[in-house]
Amino acid sequence: MAKPISEQADDLLWSIRGVNFGYNGTPVLRDVNLELRPGCCYGILGPNGSGKTTLLDLMGGLQSPQSGTVEFKNRPLDAWPKKQLARQLALVPQDFMVRFGYSVREVVEMGLHPHLHRFAAPSEQDQALVDEALEITGIAALADRPVTRLSGGEKQRVAVARALAQRPAALLLDEATSNLDIHHSLEILHLIRNRFEQQGMQVVAVMHDLNLASFFCDRLIFLKQGQVVCQGRTEETLTPETIEAVYGVEAEVIVSAFTNSRQVSFRLPIAP
Amino acid sequence: MHGRAAALLLPLTAVLIFAVALSATLGFLEVSIPDVFAILWAKLSGQGQPTSIDPVAATVVADVRMPRILGAVLVGGLLGVSGAIFQAILLNPLADSYTLGISTGAAFGASLVIVLQIFGLALPSGVTIPVFAFIGGVGTLAVVLFLAAGDRRLSSTSLILAGVIVAAILSAAIGFLKFLADEQVGLIIFWLMGSLAGASWPNILLLAPTALFGTLVGVFYSRDLNIMATGDRAATSLGINTVRLRTVLLTVSTLMTALAVSVSGIIGFVGLIVPHMLRHIVGPDNRLLIPLSFFTGGLLLLIADTLTRAVLPVEVPIGVLTALLGGPFFCILFKRRQRDGKTDF
Repeated sequence: MAKPISEQADDLLWSIRGVNFGYNGTPVLRDVNLELRPGCCYGILGPNGSGKTTLLDLMGGLQSPQSGTVEFKNRPLDAWPKKQLARQLALVPQDFMVRFGYSVREVVEMGLHPHLHRFAAPSEQDQALVDEALEITGIAALADRPVTRLSGGEKQRVAVARALAQRPAALLLDEATSNLDIHHSLEILHLIRNRFEQQGMQVVAVMHDLNLASFFCDRLIFLKQGQVVCQGRTEETLTPETIEAVYGVEAEVIVSAFTNSRQVSFRLPIAP
Repeated sequence: MHGRAAALLLPLTAVLIFAVALSATLGFLEVSIPDVFAILWAKLSGQGQPTSIDPVAATVVADVRMPRILGAVLVGGLLGVSGAIFQAILLNPLADSYTLGISTGAAFGASLVIVLQIFGLALPSGVTIPVFAFIGGVGTLAVVLFLAAGDRRLSSTSLILAGVIVAAILSAAIGFLKFLADEQVGLIIFWLMGSLAGASWPNILLLAPTALFGTLVGVFYSRDLNIMATGDRAATSLGINTVRLRTVLLTVSTLMTALAVSVSGIIGFVGLIVPHMLRHIVGPDNRLLIPLSFFTGGLLLLIADTLTRAVLPVEVPIGVLTALLGGPFFCILFKRRQRDGKTDF
């Protein structure tokens, strides 16, 4: 994939300092320190239970750290008014579930919520945004279908369309493509990557699939047991050493001419 | 969508007024529709009743039928709107004031007063039953919220679980009160079955502002409620304070239910069926669903109450009638949805 347009931008997007977080006394994140800058697609990787989703929740202001600070654009997340923050950050959850049979269009229109006054009807411009989001996610034909009748892949595209209609400065993906087949995964990641490259929408993605992360993300953050093990440019961090340290598997990393990115194969360590 | 709701407001109000007037003509004493309007106009404007109208008819319409009819409309509307809000906030199409234990709490409060009266405690009747029903309903919600509060997100599963537990305990307690009431158990049973016969003008003056206030609060938060249907995390990321929204709307709906129950006793199925049925017709959008639930709930309960008051040979308790009509209707709806392969609601 093409290189991002701006890599020299100096202003911090997120600044995470000394963050600890736990549920009912069980620590999930321990002393996390990170700085995220604009101009890179970030990937958060790590084994199950390593705190990836919690870190994303903290970055999105969905949870507050028990100690330490999380700042977004140089302002603590707790100090952001909720609606104002929703104009900056959008989330695509892993399993997008909708109760009640709202139409696809109605659900995508919900993305306009942070931009609209309580009783305001969406303007023509807003409607055009919704149309565009439906169009590029390939669900325009489903616009009037109840979202409860869609397949998992279609629902996930509705979630992405809604996040795009929200016009965020940054998009948070929580394993947004984990339940999709490879074709739909690639489609969604490509369209998000296009938004990033063409319109400068920042992206932070929690991912499971190292090979998808490798071509989608410019920088990777590896977590293990709630701590940052390693972070940096994808070509520097996606190494057999890191993968063994984080996941406990042996790995071979090659630069594939076919995908023009690093690709990983794995095996369990052979018992001595 | 608010526009669509506003456009429907006028015709629906007209239908409701016509239904109220029509219902007022029915009964043992027949009165014509123009006379009903003349009597009401005289009553509202404070003038004496016109001489052309039988004074007995005037009294019957203005002071006997009207409070009961308006009571039916308002109680039905309150149950409909609170049902719609409960279902939307708990993400459960089967939720209503029963699921949260609120109705059972109100019933417990009322039963307690009845038993105390049986045991000779001098409590002025007519005041204490509604007051205790109200306290019972609100108290139950407080306990349910307290039980669910360990879960900081106040998720709908925790709330419903807490509601079911508390309702089970209260049902047992009501059973015990019935046992204590011994031969006079009929008093409790009659109240539990619901009736609008006791509705009075002071009741109406209490119910009307509550219905207006509750419906407006529901409409005010309707877009937030829609977004809640996509889950807590997604709603929070769209800028919604989910905990505050739940607390505010649960409290307002409980007030609405508890007040309705305190006037009419337990009337089941209205809060469940009205929003459910409307969702099939107009879709799940709460901006439309909440105001429509008021009109539909009011109209349905008015029809049911007019049936039992003026059409049926014997006055069947209204709660029994709504359950007997609503229950099978719900079953048919449920089976038909399954046959169509629609398991979603």
